[in-house]
Amino acid sequence: MAKLSGAEMVVQSLVDQGVKQIFGYPGGSVLDIYDALHTLGGIEHVLVRHEQAAVHMADGYARATGDVGVVLVTSGPGATNTITGIATAYMDSIPMVVISGQVPSHLIGNDAFQECDMIGITRPVVKHSFFIKRSEDIPETIKKAFYIASTGRPGPVVIDLPKDVMNPAVKYNYSYPQSVTMRSYNPTMQGHKGQIKKALKVLLSAKKPVLYIGGGIISANAEAAVKMLAEKLNLPVTTTLMGISAFPGTHKQNLGMLGMHGVYEANMAMHYADVILAIGVRFDDRTTNNLVKYCPDAKIVHVDIDPTSISKTVMASVPVVGDARFVINSMLEQLDDEQSHLDLDALVNWWKQIEHWRAKHCLAYSNEGELIKPQAAVEMLYKLTKGEAYIATDVGQHQMFTALYYPFDKPRHFITSGGLGTMGFGFPAALGIKLAFPEQRVVCITGDGSIQMNIQELSTALQYDLPILILNLNNRFLGMVKQWQDMIYAGRHSSSYMESLPDFAKIAEAYGHVGISIKKRSELEPMLKKALSIRDKLVFVDVMTDATEHVYPMQIRGGAMNEMWLSKTERT
Amino acid sequence: MRYILSILIENEPGALSRVIGLFSQRGFNIESVTVAPTEDPTMSRMTIRTSGDAHVIEQIQKQLHKLVDVYRVYDLTEGPHVEREIMLIKIAAKSSQAREEVKRCVDIFRGSIVDVKATQYIVQLVGTSEKLASFLAAIRETCDVIEMVRSGIVGLSRSDKTAK
Repeated sequence: MAKLSGAEMVVQSLVDQGVKQIFGYPGGSVLDIYDALHTLGGIEHVLVRHEQAAVHMADGYARATGDVGVVLVTSGPGATNTITGIATAYMDSIPMVVISGQVPSHLIGNDAFQECDMIGITRPVVKHSFFIKRSEDIPETIKKAFYIASTGRPGPVVIDLPKDVMNPAVKYNYSYPQSVTMRSYNPTMQGHKGQIKKALKVLLSAKKPVLYIGGGIISANAEAAVKMLAEKLNLPVTTTLMGISAFPGTHKQNLGMLGMHGVYEANMAMHYADVILAIGVRFDDRTTNNLVKYCPDAKIVHVDIDPTSISKTVMASVPVVGDARFVINSMLEQLDDEQSHLDLDALVNWWKQIEHWRAKHCLAYSNEGELIKPQAAVEMLYKLTKGEAYIATDVGQHQMFTALYYPFDKPRHFITSGGLGTMGFGFPAALGIKLAFPEQRVVCITGDGSIQMNIQELSTALQYDLPILILNLNNRFLGMVKQWQDMIYAGRHSSSYMESLPDFAKIAEAYGHVGISIKKRSELEPMLKKALSIRDKLVFVDVMTDATEHVYPMQIRGGAMNEMWLSKTERT
Repeated sequence: MRYILSILIENEPGALSRVIGLFSQRGFNIESVTVAPTEDPTMSRMTIRTSGDAHVIEQIQKQLHKLVDVYRVYDLTEGPHVEREIMLIKIAAKSSQAREEVKRCVDIFRGSIVDVKATQYIVQLVGTSEKLASFLAAIRETCDVIEMVRSGIVGLSRSDKTAK
């Protein structure tokens, strides 16, 4: 049995857990771990420029691969800088382990230098957290942290480690546990057979069914299963923002995204549905509009691994607690035995109705004049990348344009902060994806507001040679804020105008990358093509877009699912 | 509606703050809370009195159960159960008449006088919250209450099945 110090046990446990890549920033309380990283080897570490970015990188890495993202930071400010990243991962159920240093045990509570109660400050935004008091507990605690982060509804787990627990001078017998069991933590994976039977009965009685799916499909790797179910029953499918890429974007049964900026046909289908089969969604307020008027005719069958998501905002007629893949597979098995089938005639009529809604072409926009429309920039990227790129976005109008104008056929290719809506997420997340898949095309679609929230990572990208493409839809405004001010505040643009914007292309060049500015419509295709042809360097493409564009459709506040603005002048 | 939730949690540092934090974070009410280790010292039992409509209580129970440290959650008010609360109350008893009155009241409510000074008593009373409230109302009619403390409810289900 190997003899290791606390710090060495942290590193060796990560190695034995199969971790290859971590993201972090050193400091006084974690220097022993950084030293062990150096001496033991086996793990690649990315040094970021701000701890928030380390968490987003680990998050992007986790979303793209399905593995647990790992972060290492020091105590105090190192720990507090991770909070936004941890909350982002928590809201979107992303598996992550964050290891933070802590001041030595005898100083805890003394307001010591760089002391902060990490367990306390992260409590509302973690799935669980551990404070390690004894070095001997390190391997088992790390095993538990990974187990909790990656099972059930995934989420971030924090491990807080006081400096004395990692003392390199004291060695302990080390072995890494093969498995752990916890009497108080047993997520339900298999759905209840009887409930699934009931769910199918309701579904098969439907005349106007909709399959409504979200991030839970991706967490459970249930994309193939859900496709089989949708095709078998010829169900119309709509996805949440987090569910984009859970079902092929170009599939004829895919209606597109629903909700506040959802497409017309998806929101209409939801409103008039008689049965909604909801899997891996949580009926978030951005997807329901006014709950009082929500889908008046629908019976809701709700499948989710997290019982708290069921009947939290929308009451489920048939609740099924379980992992999406297990439950869907069980549904498919029962369907094979089932004598009754969907009413095919009714379904034909339902599809006719849906095609009628589709014919409205709600995403059409006027592409005239010299100014580049943000929608056109996203569509051009889709055309030139053949829809195959990994795309990370920030938050705002560009995020919605990406969700609406870049259909994703492959799972885990659209990576965005859905629940928390964190500006500054996209760029570091894209770097995390690029580290996971160095051969793949990775693009960060961002805006002039968001990109400046973590622009310092241009330095990290150079150090680790991460040649991604940044597509900055630059409208000189906080676009989504401006849109709301235009629509709700009579156009009073209070603090939404970005004066004194930098020359982004020059910034990229100052950091050692390639910078390209696109100002005219005629330049869009050739310049973007040129940018995409550069594969060995990070390319920052700054596109001047038409600031007057709004994202449509947009649901009318306080209305039902079917009440939308379709343009500045047309509403349902 | 009022509910009494009985919660078995891991006897770990921080477990209590996770439960309490959940209530404030999600805007749930806590009217009283007690916590102490059980016959198995690795497990603690919390008893929380809370209020809300059935939908809210269902969410509270689910959210509690979702906490990794929480082993079991059940609603005591759902079935037959025993609930008790303890009250210590310091009463000014300056005249002999007042002292007599305290003694009589304590006897009626089956409490006990656990500390005596020349002009004050400390009375201990065990019972349901309603009984404690009645005692308080009765004693206030004749005496001055100097200070008091209540433990919050503890309770057990009367079912022959264990909550484990």
